[in-house]
Order: sequence, then C-alpha cells, then structure tokens
Amino acid sequence: MALLKSMMGRLRKGLDRTRKAMGGGLRALLGGKRLDENLIRDLERALIQSDTGVATTRKLITGVRDAYKTQRLNTGDEVIEYLKRELKALWPEQDRALHFSADPGVPTVILVAGVNGAGKTTSIAKLAHALHEQNKSVLLAACDTYRAGAVRQLEIWAERLDMQVVKGQQGGDPAAVAFDAAEAAISRNVDVLIVDTAGRLHTQDSLMRQLTKIRDVVRRRIPQAPHEVLLVLDATTGQNATQQARQFAQAIDVTGIFLTKLDGTARGGVVIAIQQETNIPVKFIGVGETPADVEPFDPDRFVDALFADE
Amino acid sequence: MFDRLSDGFSSAFKKLSGKGKISEANVREAMDEVRDALLDADVNYEIVNDFCDSVVDRAVGTEVTKSLSPQQEMVGIVHKALVDLMSAPTEPGVPRVSPGPTVVMMCGLQGSGKTTTCGKLAAYLKKRGRSVMLAAADLQRPAAVDQLRTVAQQVETEMPGGAQVHFYAEPDKVAEYGKAVGAAITVCQNAYKAAKAKGVDTLILDTAGRLHVNDDLMGELRAVNRALQPHHILLVVDAMTGQDAVNSAKAFHEQLEIDGVILTKFDSDTRGGAALSVKKVTGAPIRFIGVGEKLDAIEEFHAERVAGRILGMGDVVSLVERAQQEVSEEEAERMAEKMAKGQFTMEDFLDQMRTLRKMGPMKQLLGMLPGVGQALKDVQVDEKQLDRIEGIVNSMTPTERKDVNKINPSRRKRIARGSGVKPEEVSQLVKQFGVVSKLSQQFSGMGIKGKMKAMKDLQAAGGAAGALGGMGMPALPGMGRKGSTHTASPKTRFKKRRK
Ligand SMILES: Nc1nc2c(ncn2[C@@H]2O[C@H](COP(=O)(O)OP(=O)(O)OP(=O)(O)O)[C@@H](O)[C@H]2O)c(=O)[nH]1
Ligand SMILES: Nc1nc2c(ncn2[C@@H]2O[C@H](COP(=O)(O)OP(=O)(O)O)[C@@H](O)[C@H]2O)c(=O)[nH]1
Ligand SMILES: [Mg+2]
Ligand SMILES: [Mg+2]
Repeated sequence: MALLKSMMGRLRKGLDRTRKAMGGGLRALLGGKRLDENLIRDLERALIQSDTGVATTRKLITGVRDAYKTQRLNTGDEVIEYLKRELKALWPEQDRALHFSADPGVPTVILVAGVNGAGKTTSIAKLAHALHEQNKSVLLAACDTYRAGAVRQLEIWAERLDMQVVKGQQGGDPAAVAFDAAEAAISRNVDVLIVDTAGRLHTQDSLMRQLTKIRDVVRRRIPQAPHEVLLVLDATTGQNATQQARQFAQAIDVTGIFLTKLDGTARGGVVIAIQQETNIPVKFIGVGETPADVEPFDPDRFVDALFADE
Repeated sequence: MFDRLSDGFSSAFKKLSGKGKISEANVREAMDEVRDALLDADVNYEIVNDFCDSVVDRAVGTEVTKSLSPQQEMVGIVHKALVDLMSAPTEPGVPRVSPGPTVVMMCGLQGSGKTTTCGKLAAYLKKRGRSVMLAAADLQRPAAVDQLRTVAQQVETEMPGGAQVHFYAEPDKVAEYGKAVGAAITVCQNAYKAAKAKGVDTLILDTAGRLHVNDDLMGELRAVNRALQPHHILLVVDAMTGQDAVNSAKAFHEQLEIDGVILTKFDSDTRGGAALSVKKVTGAPIRFIGVGEKLDAIEEFHAERVAGRILGMGDVVSLVERAQQEVSEEEAERMAEKMAKGQFTMEDFLDQMRTLRKMGPMKQLLGMLPGVGQALKDVQVDEKQLDRIEGIVNSMTPTERKDVNKINPSRRKRIARGSGVKPEEVSQLVKQFGVVSKLSQQFSGMGIKGKMKAMKDLQAAGGAAGALGGMGMPALPGMGRKGSTHTASPKTRFKKRRK
C-alpha cells in the first residue's frame, strides 16, 4: 500500500495537466455574479453538457433553486461552494487505491475490460509503466485474441516498456491464454499480471459470459485473483455509460473505473450518475496516448473540471 | 438503440391521448417529457431546445384529423421533424467519381471505429464489383498498420464479390506518439499514385484517431486534404457518444468540411442521440451505420427507420427485409392462415424456429419490434434453451409432430432419450405447445395492443411457453400485403437477469 501511495504521489506531482487545462471553469461561469433564474439555467446547461444526465442535474438544480428562493444562496460564488459540497459529498471516503495481493508470494492480478475502443490496451500500458517505475515486475496477458492487430499492439507496448507478454493463437480461446498467463505469472514470480481483454458491448451476453469465464479461469490458478477489476470507460460516452457499468459489474464484479480521454473536451459527467447508482470508485483517469498520461482520480479536481468553459 | 427514447415519447403522448385537440398547453406539457427523453438519449442540450420549439410551432394550430387522436397526430409531427433533422438528399453509399480513383478519407476521434469501418466499406464496395485500396495512414497507434493489413486480407479472402482488394503501407514511417506527425501526408500521396497506377476504383485512407483540439494532428489532416482533395471525407462517430459529439463534429467539420458521417456501434443499446447532434452541426448526411465488429456489419442509414424507432414504432422495416431473405411471402401467408385456424403443428413450429434463427440472434431480432426493445432490456435470450427445444422436436416422429396428443409415456421416454433431456421436459414442452397454439389462434385476430398484452402474459407464463409463444405466433413479421401490423414478437425463453 505504501508503494502505491508513493506512486500516486509521483503522479500527483508530475502530471497535473488536467487542472491546468480544465480547472477554474466553474468559477468563470458563476464567479462574481448575482444568482438569478438565468444563472440557474446556465448552470443546468453546463451540467447537462457535461453528460451529468437529466435526473442528477435535476436533483442538483432543484437544490440550488430551493436555496435561492429561500435566500440561502444569493451569489454565484455561494453556488460554487454549495455545488462543490454537494458533488464532493457524492464521493465519500472511498478506497481509490489499486488493490494488491496480500501475500507477497502471490502475484497481483489486474483484469481490464470495457466496450470496444474505450482505451483498455493503452490504459494497461499506462498502469504497467507506473508499476514498472515502482520496480514491480509486470507481466501482460494478451487475451484479446479477436480484434485484428490487438496482440501485436500489446506486444509493442511491452517491448517499449521492457516487459513480457503471454499470448496465444489469433482467434483462440482467451480464457486459455489467461490461464497460461496466470501460470506464467506464478512460475516467473512476477509481482503483477495485467490481463487485456477484447472490447465487447455490455449487451452481448455470450461475450459477457466469456469475460466471466476468463476471470474464473484465472482464479483456478490464483484463488484470490483478480485483485483488481478495472472497467475502462471513455469519457466521451453519454448516458449509456451507466448501463455499461452495471452490466460489467454484474459479469466480473468491477472494483474500479479507469476513465479515459479526459484530455479532450468531454467532461465525463456520467461518472456522477455511475457513482450514485453503482458506487464503483473511479481510480484513474487517462489524459493522453502515451504511458505517462495517467493520473489518479481526484473528485475535487474532477468537479472543478466539470464546469470548465467550452 | 433508440428504445428508451421511444419510451419517453410514449409516456409523453399518453398524456395527450383522449384530450381531443392539440393546444399549446398540452403540447408544451408533452414536450417537457420529450425534452427529457432526448437529453437522456444524449442529444445535445441546445439542439434539444431548438427541436422542441420547432415541434411546438408545427403542432399548435394543427387541425386534428378526424381519424387520428391528438397523440397520433403529434407522433406524426415529431416523427417528421426527426426525419427532417436527420435526413439529407444524397446518393446512397460511396458515389463513384470518374476519372478514378475515388478517394475516401476516414477521420475521427480515437477508438471510434475508423479502421474497422475501412474494412467494412471495402467489403461493401467489393460486393458491388468495385476494386479497393486500403492505405494505412495511422502511423502512431501501435500495430495500427498490422490491424489494417489483417482487415484488408480478410476482405480479400473472406468477403463475397469479385473485385480486388489492395493494401498499401509504409511501415518504416511508423513512430511513437507525436513523432510521426506529418508522415501520413507522404504515405497518402504515394498510396494515391499506387492506386492510380493499378487502376483501382476506390482508395480508402485510414487515418490515426485524434482529438479535435490537437492542432498538430488536425493540421496533418488538413494537409492530407489539401494534397489529395478526397472526394469523400467521412467522419466516424461512436453512437454511444454523449454531449461532446457536437464539439468534436463541429471542429472536424470546420477544418475539413466533411462529406458524410458513419455512426458505429449502433448494435449497442445506446439511445444514440449523437446521430441527431452530429447531423445538425455538420449538415453532412449520415451515410452508414456500423452494427457489429464483423466486416459485413454495416448498413445504409435510413432516417425514417431511425426516427421510427425513436417513436416506438420499432425497426420493422429492417426486420421485414431480413425475413424476406429467408422466407417467401406465400409461405408466410400460409403460416398465418394455419395459425388462425388453429392448425399449427410442431412441424411448422420447428420450421419457423429454424427460419427465425437463420435471421440472426433472437435478441437482436426482438429488439427491432415495436415496444419490445424496452421490455427486453434486462432479459437474456437463452439460445441454448432454443437448441434443446429444437433437439426435442427433432427427436419426434413426423406423426408425433403433426399431433402431439399421440405422445404417450413410452414415446415420451424415447423422445427424451433421443434428445438427451428428461421426460418431464418433453411433457412440459408438449403442454405448453398446446397453450400456445390456442393463444396463437386468438392472437391472429387481435390488434397490436392485444398482441402486446398477450406477449406479456406469455412471458409471465415463462418457460418453454415463452419460447413457443413467440416462435409460433403470428407467422413471420408483416410480410403480407397488409403491411407491418402483422408483426408480433417471435418471443423466446427469457431468463430474468439477476440483479
Ligand atoms: N486522447 C486520448 N486517447 C486515448 C486515451 N486512452 C486511449 N486512447 C486512444 O484510443 C484509441 C483506442 O485505444 P485502445 O487502447 O486500443 O482501446 P481498446 O479499448 O483496447 O480498444 P479495442 O481493443 O479495439 O476494443 C487509441 O488510439 C488510443 O491511443 C486517452 O486517455 N486520451
Ligand atoms: N460492436 C461494434 N464494435 C465496433 C464497431 N465498429 C468498430 N468496432 C470496434 O471498436 C473498436 C475500435 O475500432 P477501430 O476500428 O480499431 O477504431 P479506430 O481506433 O477508430 O481505428 C474495435 O474493437 C472494433 O472491433 C461496431 O459497429 N460495432
Ligand atoms: Mg485493446
Ligand atoms: Mg485505427
């Protein structure tokens, strides 16, 4: 755990781009203004355009409006404080650290899943890079045996990051690859095994069952595994993200979310709804395409970024 | 994908029904719910507001035709407005330019589906006798070149059609993120020369995914655009995209003047409001939708159908199209008649089940039916159970299939052994078949509402009754001359998902 803390610390210090790029927007929208119906409507627009969703937005706006009518909120600055409190309260004390194997003799297994093109493989490169920097030995499992070029993509990352990959036949059984990888992780005595999987829509029952099988097969070799199950979510996704979170959680008991592509203009507001409905913690955010472009999730900064200017 | 949006409309318009006349007040009330439904469907906030205002304007003062309820009238108005918003007068497909080669450039955000769609377009063109060259201009995503090469090979070897599929790449130009910016220009120019020399019909350029705010990479695309002047610049957009769809589409359009849009991952359960947003901000026609990972999973875009789905009319047209590939109209009529007369046998049932299963996964088919999509959101269609049922019927003799009453205990044992199930399962199937054939007789005479209710009852009955219910019932979708109202659900066995 101490190790992870230091990793987080490094990330915090080194990579603070989100704040620079996106922070302060909330203030620009509301700061120094008198509160009135127009400002409330602007706020509603900002929330909706962040993909926060109708239900959550309505709840927040109703709160603001009630407080405005009873004169508990009179200025934009007060609204900022109020909203920050409300939104941050959605993220209570939550364990946002990566979970590691309690037994140093047993490799930590991280299973990574998500819909097509969400950013799974790239995010794995980011995690692997961060762990590697912490002198952890990392092994990658190329369980996307379906998409053209997927194995090669992971292999290239492994070459660049100087680590090994376990792979199988193109078109072969991904669960078999996962099993071999678990075996290899034990025999090679690595610290962390990260399992890449093929992108799949949460509506595809048979592919979701395949995912469960991958998890179960790894468990046959390493009973406590996977220690971490990360769902990779594209921040540009709209309200469908909630559905994704629910279905993946059902199939493989997701323990954390990796929210990608926050370096674009999308705000990823759906994680507010996801947080309320599923309580799955967001653990990391992706802010670019290189292995260094990752940050731990920080609700405060995220809340600020939600209201950034367009 | 528009299931939940459809639901929003249905509940909004329920309020209008029976009120007799469209007034500003009841339209506004209904539009509030329409507005929420559209926002929940990820249509951009500003576009939703404009849309709702325009619908109110159109609706107020509309004379309600005697034969229609205000709700139906409103549905018509909203439907028309949606179609207007999403459609554009355009030639379908990828119009050929002469002299060739016709140049197509794909562009879009990371992971939106560009490379896969390149393959799908190549397959689409190959099928139509047009030769294609796929050029790998994504030089930065690891293995992007390998991905396109594999896709090109798959189209060449596995997809139907006569024309040739070529692949062009310069793998030595590949570099890490940020280090290959600009190299794509040369690759595209060389690919063009190669395509021209080979007399290829269409050249498709697969470019790297990029953020619309990345000036370097957007500059690269602008340069390719200047150098090659592609005839079709196609923006590939993930149908699950949220509010940000307008920002990225606007930026791509401002810098490249895109000619068309392709929406991918339409096979998901997203409500897909991005379709409306992107069309609105670019004005470019939506040309295709991607409906799966396979190379034939691409369809031409039809605004009417999508608007129809939004309004809860189901995508009956697509369903009928598929059905027509499998069954003749006479056959369908014959079945419907049999059912109406209560002469539907196990044999017919088996036939229908096989036919339906040829059309695609059951859940996908059901999703196309009006009103069924939402009900199906959380259910699992158990294809294995269908296999079992098929197995049981297969083990029956023709006599038994014609008249299930002939199945006595010893016959039942034999059937069970033959299909590897317990004798009780055979009895259960037989019993439920009885219920269903009676129901289906009644069903044939019902209107759509009654049918939906009957479907619900059946589903509640559960088990194989559910399976039989839909399979056997009212023949294959509205292929008859009377149009789509014949359509009812080929329902199958449902298992409620554990919460
Ligand atoms: N800008 C940006 N791009 C990202 C980020 N994460 C991933 N990408 C890009 O998104 C695209 C898809 O990423 P992949 O890692 O291949 O996604 P995947 O989920 O493994 O995709 P499939 O295996 O095809 O389902 C690539 O072009 C990545 O470079 C991010 O945080 N920011
Ligand atoms: N389900 C589904 N997946 C798709 C569709 N189009 C593309 N994909 C998948 O989305 C992922 C990203 O696609 P890719 O073509 O590599 O995207 P690119 O990064 O834009 O080139 C891959 O896993 C594809 O298989 C589609 O229409 N439906
Ligand atoms: Mg991948
Ligand atoms: Mg690509």
